[in-house]
Amino acid sequence: MTDRPVALDAPAWRRTRISPATVVLLAGGLVGAVVVPFVPMQQYLISLLMQASTYAVAVLGLTICLGYAGQINLAQAAFFGIGAYSVGLGTAGFGLPFWLALAIGVGVAAIAGMALGLASLRVGGHYLAMVTISFQTILSLVLINWVSFTHGPDGVPNIGRPVAFGYVFDDGAYLSLSILSLCVVSLFVLLLPNTRLGRDMQALRDNELAAGVVGVDTYRTKVIAFALSSFFGGLGGGLFAGGFSYVSPDQFTFGESVVFLTMVLLGGVRSPFGAMLGTALLILLPEWLRFLKVIYLAVYGAAVILIMVFMPDGIWGFVSTQWRKLRPPTPIEPGQIAPLPLVRQVARDVGRVVLATKDLSKHFGGLKALEAVSFTVQSNDVHALIGPNGSGKTTLLNILSGIYDPTRGGITFDGRELVGLQPHQRAGLGLGRTFQNIRLFTAMTVLENVMVGAERPNHPPFGGEAQLEQHALAALDFVGLARRGHEQVGSLSYGHQRLVEIARTLAGSPKFILLDEPGAGLNHVEKSELVALLKRLKGHGLTILIIDHDMHLVEQIADRITVLNFGRRIADGLPADVLRNPDVIAAYLGEPTVHVAA
Amino acid sequence: MGILLQLIFTGLGVGSIYALVALGFVLIYRATNVVNFAQGDFAMVGAFAMVVMTIDFGLPYWLGILLTLIVLPVFGAAFNLGVYFPLRNRSYLPVIISTLGASIFLENGMLAAYGPRPQSLPPIFASQGITLGPVFLDSQYLAILATTVVMVALQYVFFERTLLGKKMQATSQDKEMASLLGIKVALMIMITFIYSATLGGLAGILIAPIIFVSVGMGSAIALKAFAASIIGGFGDVKGAIVGGLALGVIETLGAAYVSVPFKDGFAFLVLFVFLLLRPQGLYGERISEKA
Repeated sequence: MTDRPVALDAPAWRRTRISPATVVLLAGGLVGAVVVPFVPMQQYLISLLMQASTYAVAVLGLTICLGYAGQINLAQAAFFGIGAYSVGLGTAGFGLPFWLALAIGVGVAAIAGMALGLASLRVGGHYLAMVTISFQTILSLVLINWVSFTHGPDGVPNIGRPVAFGYVFDDGAYLSLSILSLCVVSLFVLLLPNTRLGRDMQALRDNELAAGVVGVDTYRTKVIAFALSSFFGGLGGGLFAGGFSYVSPDQFTFGESVVFLTMVLLGGVRSPFGAMLGTALLILLPEWLRFLKVIYLAVYGAAVILIMVFMPDGIWGFVSTQWRKLRPPTPIEPGQIAPLPLVRQVARDVGRVVLATKDLSKHFGGLKALEAVSFTVQSNDVHALIGPNGSGKTTLLNILSGIYDPTRGGITFDGRELVGLQPHQRAGLGLGRTFQNIRLFTAMTVLENVMVGAERPNHPPFGGEAQLEQHALAALDFVGLARRGHEQVGSLSYGHQRLVEIARTLAGSPKFILLDEPGAGLNHVEKSELVALLKRLKGHGLTILIIDHDMHLVEQIADRITVLNFGRRIADGLPADVLRNPDVIAAYLGEPTVHVAA
Repeated sequence: MGILLQLIFTGLGVGSIYALVALGFVLIYRATNVVNFAQGDFAMVGAFAMVVMTIDFGLPYWLGILLTLIVLPVFGAAFNLGVYFPLRNRSYLPVIISTLGASIFLENGMLAAYGPRPQSLPPIFASQGITLGPVFLDSQYLAILATTVVMVALQYVFFERTLLGKKMQATSQDKEMASLLGIKVALMIMITFIYSATLGGLAGILIAPIIFVSVGMGSAIALKAFAASIIGGFGDVKGAIVGGLALGVIETLGAAYVSVPFKDGFAFLVLFVFLLLRPQGLYGERISEKA
């Protein structure tokens, strides 16, 4: 737990960056791409492989959007169609070279996706589902009805293929190109989760609210995820059009969007291997399931429900979960972790006001959750906010961290007005927070959770992934959990999850942390450890605003106390004075306050 | 002027259908916090049940409606048990996807059973309608409007004046609290699905004589009903009704004065405008998650 000397050796526990999966993908893809043109194949098999590889590119887009970022997209066939029609109309109608037409298609698809995301991602996921279906419907209408431009229901024939050295790609060469593209795209998707963007996406998928408070620009991340997804949708479609030399509107309907969705769900939504597996299965299945004839789409529908109920992570997810059970994560040897560089201006400005609220009010309809609350927090204090249930404590914290906008009033933090700033912008100013009901990124490891916190805006950049991991480990070590860094965060006990939440905040080197009932649900021993931890944090120069119901805990650590009751501030000051205040006693014990007439 | 009034009347009739389906959406959304993407297929099921009863079995119309009104609640209950219940403790995404799966299953199952040829149902009334000044009031549209008014009134009385209705409201506001007070939350949700399926099926029966009965009829209506409920303010009962009616009128006027082939696009255009300028809709409040 205590500070240790800096280790100079390269940490031995670090995962190697080039995983076996990467090697398999690269080697398999390259060998496939090189060998394919020289293997004699029936036309039928070539078509099947061409379809599978181009579809898989679009399905990988869904892995990013749905699997990593948790945003539904029911219009992947529309983006696929945009790519396909751009190549089709570009080469056959306007005589453009294939590559230019493909670039236009991918660009238009990505821009359309971004525009759609910008319009709908500020509001909840249901809207996105609806907006994407609408977009899909409108695109289908346009493809069918704008006959003068799209050729209407007849479709576009004679689509061109790329030319290199005066030589037009034949089927073998074109299939090789498709496989190569798939290989590159899947590698991108495979490596994405280990980047800042990828972690931000997963954080937002697992807990959007916490992601924002920890410093993830959730809106921007969602829009990027959606745009990337449409980008790959367009790319897959463009390649598809070149491969089959004919496209028509019925290939890009809502039904096809559902097929794309089923592919990614069946295979497994969180891994590129799942996407490719699902695509391959669903392209081959209709061939194998020919005997089902008319009901095979109905079987699709039933399969979707069954997958959701019994195998929510898809086939690949199921397999990798079983695999992980066989191989427990290696514990991290903490001997070589550098101490966490926390706040450095220790206690130099004690007594300065860092946070001040002025007449802060929050009304929910007729309910006045907060009414004209003004209070200040001084630098390096542990400031407790107490009050009976429903007195507005958590509402106040939510306003401070930017989850709610106040109805009236202002907040100054370090000389800056906070009202109007998004949660991630406040995190960027060094305002950290934990939640009453723990909000961790449950599908990520302990270490990854903390890494998200370390990457808050304005935090000095790390020299690379290795340094970032070092820093996150130092934060984990500060709360005593470094050993368990590689475990899934959901497997930790309740008390440890609380500590991970604190470590996640600390990793962003905050000046000020808001703790919402950190003692709730902890046992006696854990509580005394929490008190010790809070004292260490104060010793490192942090300012803490804490809500807790445990008066014993509050008395042990609080420098000042503010008391709320029915949304109003009823007392404020030193613990000894506040806890003897008759109004405060009445509020807690429920006795009526006696107002003596003057 | 006469034509305009005529179009508005027709638009209100179509809009009532959207409103009925949108109401079903909203009720399920309020009870489960999830959008049921198979809501439109409830209408399709209702219409096909009528086709089976009156055309295949040759039953009289009134008996067909009666039996259909028995089939629909059973269907709603089965839907709840098969599609929602196993996923009730998961986030909204798996449930949405599951209802989508149900929609594909229902439509293609029906396609396999009945084939792609659209069926037609006879109108409810023998009379064509009445002429009121310059406007011809088609009896089918009148029936749709009247049913919508009656259903909305019944629903109001049910939710505001009966204990069961209040229990259902409590469930939709706070499931945990409701269950602590002894309300059987699972049962309330079951009733919601039953009612919602009946409402949707009724819409299907009403519109069947105007459009053909086909497997895709439901999802086309549902998309617009969903757009209507967003325009009205998602989760708001009044919003669903006003949004539905408004959308019906806009669509009918758009088809008459702007473009017939793009008739189905107007709803979504209006939806985009709302999402950009007023995402909370006409009556909705801004939604935010509790911390």
